[in-house]
Amino acid sequence: MSTPYAKLPGWVEYGLIPLVNLAVAFLVAGLVVLLVGENPFEAAYHLINGAFGRGEYIGFTLYYATTFIFTGLAVAVAFHAGLFNIGGEGQAYVGGIGVALACLWLDQVMPWYVVFPLAILGSAFFGAIWAFLPGWLQARRGSHIVITTIMFNFIASSLMVYLLTRVLKPLGSMAPQTRTFAEGGQLPKLDWLLSIFGLNVGTAPFNISFLLALAAAFAVWVLIWRTRLGYEMRTMGHSPSAARYAGIRESRIVVITMMISGGLAGMMALNPIMGEQFRMQLDFVQGAGFVGIAVALMGRSHPGGIIPAAILFGVLYQGGAEIAFEMPSISRDMIVIIQGLVILFAGALENMFRPPIARAFAMRGERAALVQTKGA
Amino acid sequence: MDFFHVLVVLLESTIRVSVPLVFAALAGLFTERAGVFDISLEGKMLGAAFAAGAAAAVSQSVWVGLVAAILVSVLLSLVHGYASITQRGNQIVSGVAINFIVAGATVILGEAWFRQGGRTPALVEGARFQVVNFPGADAIRDVPVLGPVYADLLSGHFLLTYLAFAMVPISWWILFRTRFGLRLRAVGENPGAVDTAGISVIWLRYRAVICCGILCGFAGAYLSLAMTAGFVKGMTAGKGYIALAALIFAKWRPVNVMFACLLFGFLDALAIRLQGAPLPLIGQVPVQFMQALPYILTVILLAGFIGKAIPPKAGGVPYVKER
Repeated sequence: MSTPYAKLPGWVEYGLIPLVNLAVAFLVAGLVVLLVGENPFEAAYHLINGAFGRGEYIGFTLYYATTFIFTGLAVAVAFHAGLFNIGGEGQAYVGGIGVALACLWLDQVMPWYVVFPLAILGSAFFGAIWAFLPGWLQARRGSHIVITTIMFNFIASSLMVYLLTRVLKPLGSMAPQTRTFAEGGQLPKLDWLLSIFGLNVGTAPFNISFLLALAAAFAVWVLIWRTRLGYEMRTMGHSPSAARYAGIRESRIVVITMMISGGLAGMMALNPIMGEQFRMQLDFVQGAGFVGIAVALMGRSHPGGIIPAAILFGVLYQGGAEIAFEMPSISRDMIVIIQGLVILFAGALENMFRPPIARAFAMRGERAALVQTKGA
Repeated sequence: MDFFHVLVVLLESTIRVSVPLVFAALAGLFTERAGVFDISLEGKMLGAAFAAGAAAAVSQSVWVGLVAAILVSVLLSLVHGYASITQRGNQIVSGVAINFIVAGATVILGEAWFRQGGRTPALVEGARFQVVNFPGADAIRDVPVLGPVYADLLSGHFLLTYLAFAMVPISWWILFRTRFGLRLRAVGENPGAVDTAGISVIWLRYRAVICCGILCGFAGAYLSLAMTAGFVKGMTAGKGYIALAALIFAKWRPVNVMFACLLFGFLDALAIRLQGAPLPLIGQVPVQFMQALPYILTVILLAGFIGKAIPPKAGGVPYVKER
């Protein structure tokens, strides 16, 4: 697809424009706060303080960010191949099965460092399986991936309710959840990482899967920009017909891309299941799959952008909880609005502020050229 | 006649749950036929339901509620239109954004204005739709076969229910028998040709998006003014997505849309009715399977195993006029 817009310097493209979009999204969110009859600046103060005010708060912020790095990467990988994987929510949910099975099987006999690699493989496997079918249907039968992944989100939700109420629930228990895992199913906290900076993690469930998320981000960077497969994916994303001419097997790339994307979404399940609750509960994903869309859009599908974008959403989730606590008329649903506004302004309306910014740069460029000719 | 009685009750609840689906799926039909994909049916319906509940509670008038629902829904449609038609943004992304904004905003505003945990106050008579009873419905109720069919199946629904089913032939007529409809379908297949004929692609698509907004407004108003007395947070509960599935299942045709909605509505009604009770021959079917069935059926259809669903050709592609 050709863009009818002039090319801008990198820092404008990847720095200024996303920041302008983000600022507008927050401005509108501020208006909503005003509409509710509260002070937006006070809300902003509670947001920042709630996210960074104490070591424990920072721990929570990074805990949420871990989740969003995984789902953001999942969406981004698919974006590079021109696919819109809206099914991160379902893939993460089903990925939980892999984590739960590994933990239920080995948690009482093995230490965490044996269970963890198995849980990683399990979560990625189940997430990839759940993305395989939509990918295969797109590649072979031409079914639109957006629609099938939406459908698979709902199917996943029904499947998991069935599994958690009938199959994975311990006998005699009423609650739709697995049993609580023993020591082997619990990931160690990263308290030492925060204590380097003199911070105390407290009760925050900031755990080792954060490091896995960073490793995954690096792996995605290598995959997309340093491997043949990544090159083929990007080629297909830019121009499917060029990819076909170049002899790239389209259906193979679609299926592989979707499975990588689903695997990354599935690995998100490690963080809440093994890192916080130590059991699998209903709805443990809590919309993180959809946050991934906002994170990938904000981060321009680049791991270097996704990590800060994920931390930004971590700030929103943790700081948002603080706002809800301090200002009773603003509940946590405020986060959902901000998330929607970010998706709207950084995604659908990303070109709204581009023409004026481009014009400003064109004018500056002309003036610079004029100065140069005068000097010569 | 016990089986017959059960069937009538089942079909009656099928009609009741199908109404919002019919409105929303027809709404989607208008935009998607014009080449604008819309996954924000859910959000528009939810926003409309909230506006209807809030306005009817404050004004004590069902009609004010209905107008508010349509206004809010059209406004959201215009946001989607602005992003996807004027700004040529990604239509899926815009739809996702609207769903989120509405899901959050209805709770925040509802809590701020009414302080009932995201609900709007329960509506009294006059502020909500009443059922319409056909003449003589009570008199012939005891007549076998014909009585229950007339009294329970045809009579005794809300005004909006009849409107929903009337909208099916009306939409067909608009889309397939008027000049506007012809152009609207053309703009979804080949906008370049429409542009060459000197007709504004942009304005046509905006009109299609407004039609979508109006119909979603009805869907939302039905939820909070007819089906229940007031707005409850998240009350659309995925109905917008089911409507989207029905639209695809119907291969973007108005009459098929009605049957697809009735089928999905029937599955819903059946799931509620059965509640895990065993079926003859099949045995016990988990409720979750029944709930997932509309989505599974749609995926199977999309896979081309039951006919082929071919979307409008220019769907999802913003129109760039050559310069």
